[in-house]
Amino acid sequence: MWRRLASRRERNPGRRSPWWRRLIVGFGLLAVAGGAAFFLAWQPAIEPVSTPDRASFQPDQIRKGAALASAGFCSTCHTTDETKPFAGGYPLKTPFGTIYGTNITPDRDTGIGTWSLAAFRRSMREGIDRAGSHLYPAFPYTHFTQLTDGDIEALYAYLMTRDAVRAEAPEPDLPFPYSIRPLLAGWNLLFLRVGPLPAGDSGDPVLERGRYLSEALSHCSACHAPRNALRAERAELHFAGGMAEGWWSPPLDRSSPAPVPWTRETLFNYLHSWDSAHGGAAGPMKPVVAGLGRLPEADVRAIARYVAATMGLPAPDRPAPAEKPTDIAPARADEIHRRGAGIYRGACASCHESGGRVPFTVASLGQHTTLAGPLPDNVIRVILEGVHPPEGEVGAIMPGYAGVLDADQIADLLAYLRVRFTNAPAWPALKDDVRRIGAEEPKG
Amino acid sequence: MSEPIAPTRRTFLTGTGSLIVAFSLRPALAQQEALDGQPPPPAPHLPGSLKRSPWLDSWIRVDADGSVTVRTGKAELGQGIRTAVLQVAAEELRLEPARVRVVTADTEETANEGYTAGSHSMQDSATAIRHAAAQVRTLLADLAAARLGTEAAVLTVADGVVRALDGRQVTWGELVAGDVLHVEAQPASSFVPTDERRVIGTSLPRLDIPAKVTGASAYVQDLRPPGMVHARVVRPPSPGARLRALDAAAVERRPSVIKVVRDGSFLAVVAEKEWAAITAMEALAAHATWTEGAALPEADRIFETLAGLPVEEHVVHDSRAAAGSPARTLEATYRRRYQLHGSIGPSCALALFADETLTVWSHAQGMFPLRAALAEMLRMRPEQVRCVHVEGSGCYGHNAADDAAADAALIARAVPGRPVRLQLMREQEHLTEPCGPAMMTRVRASLDAAGTIVDWDYAVRSNTHLTRPPGAGNLLPAQLLAEPFAPPRPKPLLQPEGGGDRNAIPLYRLPNARVLHQFVPEMPLRVSALRALGAYVNVFSIESFMDELAAAVGQDPVAFRLQHLEDARAQAVIRTAAERAGWSDRQRARNRGHGFAFARYKNLGAYLALAVEVEIARETGRIRLRRAVAAIDAGEAVNPDGIRNQVEGGIIQSTSWTLYEQVTVDRSRITSRDWSTYPILRMQAAPERIEIHILDRPGEPFLGTGEAAQGPTAAALGNAVADAVGVRLREIPLRRDVLREALT
Amino acid sequence: MLRLTVNGRDHDLDVDPDTPLLYVLRDDLALNGARYGCGLGQCGACTVAVEGRPVLSCVTPVSVLAGRSILTLEGLGTPEQPGTIQRAFVAEQAAQCGYCIPGMIVRAHALLVQNPDPSDAEIRRSLNLNLCRCGTHLRILAAVHRAARETRGAASEDDRS
Repeated sequence: MWRRLASRRERNPGRRSPWWRRLIVGFGLLAVAGGAAFFLAWQPAIEPVSTPDRASFQPDQIRKGAALASAGFCSTCHTTDETKPFAGGYPLKTPFGTIYGTNITPDRDTGIGTWSLAAFRRSMREGIDRAGSHLYPAFPYTHFTQLTDGDIEALYAYLMTRDAVRAEAPEPDLPFPYSIRPLLAGWNLLFLRVGPLPAGDSGDPVLERGRYLSEALSHCSACHAPRNALRAERAELHFAGGMAEGWWSPPLDRSSPAPVPWTRETLFNYLHSWDSAHGGAAGPMKPVVAGLGRLPEADVRAIARYVAATMGLPAPDRPAPAEKPTDIAPARADEIHRRGAGIYRGACASCHESGGRVPFTVASLGQHTTLAGPLPDNVIRVILEGVHPPEGEVGAIMPGYAGVLDADQIADLLAYLRVRFTNAPAWPALKDDVRRIGAEEPKG
Repeated sequence: MSEPIAPTRRTFLTGTGSLIVAFSLRPALAQQEALDGQPPPPAPHLPGSLKRSPWLDSWIRVDADGSVTVRTGKAELGQGIRTAVLQVAAEELRLEPARVRVVTADTEETANEGYTAGSHSMQDSATAIRHAAAQVRTLLADLAAARLGTEAAVLTVADGVVRALDGRQVTWGELVAGDVLHVEAQPASSFVPTDERRVIGTSLPRLDIPAKVTGASAYVQDLRPPGMVHARVVRPPSPGARLRALDAAAVERRPSVIKVVRDGSFLAVVAEKEWAAITAMEALAAHATWTEGAALPEADRIFETLAGLPVEEHVVHDSRAAAGSPARTLEATYRRRYQLHGSIGPSCALALFADETLTVWSHAQGMFPLRAALAEMLRMRPEQVRCVHVEGSGCYGHNAADDAAADAALIARAVPGRPVRLQLMREQEHLTEPCGPAMMTRVRASLDAAGTIVDWDYAVRSNTHLTRPPGAGNLLPAQLLAEPFAPPRPKPLLQPEGGGDRNAIPLYRLPNARVLHQFVPEMPLRVSALRALGAYVNVFSIESFMDELAAAVGQDPVAFRLQHLEDARAQAVIRTAAERAGWSDRQRARNRGHGFAFARYKNLGAYLALAVEVEIARETGRIRLRRAVAAIDAGEAVNPDGIRNQVEGGIIQSTSWTLYEQVTVDRSRITSRDWSTYPILRMQAAPERIEIHILDRPGEPFLGTGEAAQGPTAAALGNAVADAVGVRLREIPLRRDVLREALT
Repeated sequence: MLRLTVNGRDHDLDVDPDTPLLYVLRDDLALNGARYGCGLGQCGACTVAVEGRPVLSCVTPVSVLAGRSILTLEGLGTPEQPGTIQRAFVAEQAAQCGYCIPGMIVRAHALLVQNPDPSDAEIRRSLNLNLCRCGTHLRILAAVHRAARETRGAASEDDRS
């Protein structure tokens, strides 16, 4: 997967040096910084405390913590079994190996039941656990460090009042030298800026609230920014788009290829549930939208406000969106990709050409950002796996076509969709991409 | 289905040559001038449906070749009634089940038994057939005795052959010349003694299943008479919308299109092939403009809307007696949102208009009421219309089946001579079927110092639960015509069965009790009968509240119920369910809870009690049913496995209603229009185990089972949630976000 | 002309290649097993198997299936000679209205071909894409377990002989 991600990054615009060279450079830096800062690596343990009981927190504080935890997506990595929330165990595959979400229930032996607020705060701000060990930056403490004390306290109040679950999370499965935790001190020296988010100067409290939530809590750039060889976000390309679990995370800046420019309103709709112009979240973005659902609506609007502002006006060099991004060239597309057109008519059109009547479809596939993006991965994944809502909940249903359409047929279909609905250049290696993604282990 | 389908009506009317033919139905027909599905009973002293159709040969036909046909006016809806009536008839006729053919609801073949609904089929039809069969056996024995010159008492009958002691024998086929079975039933019959039963009480495999699992023709959807054409309708986008303009020219020019049918706001297209009909329907919809109708209630304010509408108040129960003095009083309100029937197969019908007569094959629940409605809509005489029941996808009440039959009839009239197959699209079924009404209840009760209920005050607010035909105005297509039929003013269904107030009167011993039915005539959404009607909500309310009362006095929920019940059969199902579930030593586990509930459906049908175990995911609020153990007393059990199948299904369907389901609206349109917007329970959420224990009562009347479990299941789930996490949810569906927030 | 292979028989059909398979099966080949439930790929009532994998025939154009082997419910047996899995559904009386059952059977058949000894969780996951409204879920599961047992039993008998 590391190879895959890396090779894919190579094809992305704005990525120049080969991944392995950057990795070597990165190692050098890490070694130097790690050596220089070795004395920094040692951190004291913080004394265990008796687990605080519910009465020691305000109910409002717990409720606030619940919303923050939800919009910080804690459960994505810390919950594997819905009946044992926050008990950890989720395998997070990184280019360096597999890390498992830890148990953050107040269990005293296997969770964080002995953590004081100070210990919890240090983990959030500095990525160091109660015993003084460095946490891997898969845990996004580079973002959480920016949270306010009050929000960290609310999160603490919430987590400490959950059911304690006894569950030992597996040790990280990482090869040398990544298994040496103290090296992370060097990483932190390079990439961690400890402390709350500096106040912005926009003078717009809604925008500032959105900035805080997006950066400190919901850590949007963790997926929507490219990462360097040491898997740190590249600050200079903040929001320039990235990859998450094999899905392309579109840019949230001016380089967005969205054919229909995003607005505060449409972003809010999308982040809240679904937008009639752009559609809804799929892949790893689905739990994000679900998580934001527990924030007050005004907070989600604030995030939308901030992201809309970072998107600004579309970049001048992006492929010109058609005046009407629907059916740009149906006749031409049909001619060029006759086979793809036939598949579209028989498999896709009954929902996607209903003019948006079928729930969770937009008036035209041409309105989806992913169809105009640089990588076909998301479209391929949706076609192969389909879209399925959480059990018992309202949400888009699309059948997967793995095993129905072969790689050639999916490639034909994608080539057709790209010509018919976008002005973007053809995706270069569709069949290979379909085969590569199709060969991955099925999820779930 | 009764016969293979052939292209012309004539074929249907011939080839059924038997000694005893349609005239036997004429007396019954003559007495229902209005053909309204509810004729006045000509023989109120007779059991079951014999009240309305007292002639034996309306039910049992014996042909000269000895073949035996049982005719029920009820319809197979997947509930297994065809098999159950066969068992009853075979038992009393002392025949091998394989020798008996069953004909179901058909306006020219069977008695008028109204709707197949309300868990009435066993009570009405199977009871009538049991008596008729026993009386036919007796009557034929008497004839044989005369023929053989001996006493009837010494004759034996087996497999349609009557034998004398000396070995002489005569077959039924030889005895049935003329109209010997055209006699009125007697009130009492000589049944096969319980210890001689061979068929009743056995789990005879369902007759319909082999065809269903192999792809043989099983449903109205599968009928393909020669010359059949396919039709689709274009429905208004919202309730009350009218067709303003239509440009049908392009669609009409399509070579595959036979005809575009328009009458007012009724719009349909007919094509030779089904896919062509569907694509033409889509094109036609794109060329139609509509004036949308009145606003729907705001989604978040459905209950406020309901509470603000005028009501007709009916006190359906009022009792006063001496009781202890109230020590404490509890009050609660419960509600249910609009819900759908949600058949998996959208409604379908086949219709043929030829020689001034109309034949419709439909899966609607009442062939006679449907005939009356279609005749009225088409301004034909009822005799010109024949309605034949053929199975469809399960309906669970009044779904769009009648509408589809009306669609097919209107279209067939426009293309006479060609059988028209009409099937609704998924969103048409979801958007236009009549919903189960939103309902609200309020209950207040007092307990004395000993923990006994001393007074009870209950009110249920509901729309009607019956907007079925026979009135043409109850057919959606008839409402859309240029000369529209207006829906009749809705009426409440009366006690003892009730509609919105079904099961509103507790079976418990309540010295002082008042039950008020607040009937709301105005319907914000189109509503009608959904399986169990108001019983689902009333039992949810009463049985939730019983737990709240028990908790208030620290009583065990099962003991508290038993303490307030006198009915021995009620006590027996409660004790059985509790014992089999291991209620008294149930294990406590974090986030798991146990719930119990009981009801006697309609207070005169089957008794059912169940215990459930749920598991709660606190951070998502998700409720999962893990296990259910139920005990049912449905009188004499004809087919135990059939009863189990019905009860299991009732529990799972009710779990889906209770945990997930609600119709959603925006200001002008219904927005729950498919399975993505109206999620239901899927396989992964199905419980691990369900056990059904049957308390067989040989000699007691048959009681239906199709609707016994819905209300108790809802209440048991709510009670189990309260037991698990201490949060009482009083609105259906039991919302996850509400539970999640309560558990934060 | 388009050649479809259904239940082992070849059919040369003059149909619009965009037509979803469902309508060709039902209307041109008079097969009842695949049923219209939603036309949106949401309910599974139309499930058939193509080269052993479950396919929703209501959203699959026939053009992509030319030359591939299609199996419908009818290919598994007849009322007179039902196949193993069909017999299992009869034995468990795993139907009420039965409208969803063909889709369940075909999807379960595809699962058992791929995995002759599936766990309960695996069966549930596989059948989660198919909706049942009557509440027959547990009987359907029991029938699939029974079919799996009987198929394995038959296979091990073959091994012995």
